[in-house]
Amino acid sequence: MEPIIEIKNLTHIYSPKTPFEHKALDNVDLTIYRGEYLGIIGRTGSGKSTLIQHLNGLMKPSSGQILFEGKDIWGSKAMTHDIRYQVGLVFQYPEYQLFEETVYKDIAYGPRNMKLSEEEVDRRVRQAAKFAGLSDAVLERSPFELSGGQKRRVAIAGVIAMEPKVLILDEPTAGLDPAGAAEILENIEAYRKSNNATIIFVSHSMEDVARITDRLVVISKGTLPYVGTPHEVFSHGEDLDKLGLAVPAMNRVFSRVHAMGVDIDPAVYTVEQAKAAFLEAFRRKERV
Amino acid sequence: MALKDITLGQFFPGNSFIHRLDPRSKIIFTVLFIVIIFLCKDLVSYGLVLASLLVLVGISKVEPKVFVKGMKPVVFIVVCTAILNLFYTDGNVLWSLGFLKITEEGLWKAFFMVLRILMLICSTLLLTYTTSPILLTDGLERLLRPLKKVGFPVHELSMMMSIALRFIPTLIQETDKIINAQKARGADFDSGNLMQKAKALIPILIPLFISSFRRAEELAIAMECRCYHGDEGRTSFRQLRLHGRDWAFMTFTILLLAAVCVLRYFGL
Repeated sequence: MEPIIEIKNLTHIYSPKTPFEHKALDNVDLTIYRGEYLGIIGRTGSGKSTLIQHLNGLMKPSSGQILFEGKDIWGSKAMTHDIRYQVGLVFQYPEYQLFEETVYKDIAYGPRNMKLSEEEVDRRVRQAAKFAGLSDAVLERSPFELSGGQKRRVAIAGVIAMEPKVLILDEPTAGLDPAGAAEILENIEAYRKSNNATIIFVSHSMEDVARITDRLVVISKGTLPYVGTPHEVFSHGEDLDKLGLAVPAMNRVFSRVHAMGVDIDPAVYTVEQAKAAFLEAFRRKERV
Repeated sequence: MALKDITLGQFFPGNSFIHRLDPRSKIIFTVLFIVIIFLCKDLVSYGLVLASLLVLVGISKVEPKVFVKGMKPVVFIVVCTAILNLFYTDGNVLWSLGFLKITEEGLWKAFFMVLRILMLICSTLLLTYTTSPILLTDGLERLLRPLKKVGFPVHELSMMMSIALRFIPTLIQETDKIINAQKARGADFDSGNLMQKAKALIPILIPLFISSFRRAEELAIAMECRCYHGDEGRTSFRQLRLHGRDWAFMTFTILLLAAVCVLRYFGL
């Protein structure tokens, strides 16, 4: 697979050389590939927000490098400016950033900042609205009279309209009902498929992330103790629990059973997998 | 942007003599101290006042470094005042170059003016550094209570002040967040002419206004849920009481005022 973002020895220190000095990221190395669906999980204050704000140049590393398609994002001024459009970042509760009179104008804010032609802006706004499941009628309404879930989709469309190669979303489903959350996940998946985009999904809830992502990164106290497929990461179930992460209930049960000495796969995190693991374990027992 | 580095009436918790004083005596001190500073005329009174201020800063156990940092915003004013007084005072000329001249009187005047401004800032910093915002507004409310007789809404005013103080850090944080979110959409706040720069602020100001209104509404509902109905019949969890140390501190302040008055009107 082809790398798109490479993080090399990234360290970030807040308020250096003061009594409030705090190391938020400590020598982090990570490679992110084109087209992958990456999950980043960590509890509040683990450094996940700091990490993602480095990926589009909102924060400058205290030391270390971030390469985008092989080039240092702080290498030239043009690169630092351009990276904002290549790596789209959707913050937590993005609906609080809406400001325009109509949904259309708000989505067009990013593309207009890119100084695209009016036709291109129009194409991108309509395309992004389609990905976000917003109808043409909604485009002409004020964003402030929409429902919470719709506002969230407008905000996400505002970032998608820049057609970033990497789309980072910080807790995009927080505070939504299950139906609204599922819809947002579908919208994100649609964008990924059509543009072969890389998606980085940040959350504190493992249950959501494990189900949708190809690869998981666990962040804790500014380091990345576990990186791998959800199956690999969940084989460390008990350790994850110790890091204070909300491990899926199913995983908790299976890692406990495994720790008690039963020959069963401990890395289970969904009901389907639990069923498969059970049957597998029984079969093995019968054979003996 | 380092918005969160702004110190606005910052409070440094502690347990020194100054910290434990009643907020009312500290407010009275600060007001009287400003009067004292402006009554000073000669070297002896300036020395006396400066020495007492330094002693108070010393016993407050707040690091002197913090006071220096708090005085930084007025450096520009101080420098301007010094220059104006230095060059525009008539008297015994010490040095001149073309139309510029420095007089002995100008030198003294500049020195005293700078000292005055710095002492002024330092004494108010002493109040805000050692008094929590809540105690400060409580104290102010109690001190202004007599004004209620003439229909002045003392309680409402102090409640507004507490709420404003409480929300300053929240709003600073919120602004930081919105700035980052719009930057992620390619917002550019640094280039262009004045008009373009002003326009670039709209995407920050509108969301900020909206969230302030939202917060205000939420707070109002939360207050009503707890049966807040203004001043009438409201009792206070923290009862302010003047102790021996407060009387001692106020006596000291009045003695200082008297000393400076004597020095000013009767000389030595």
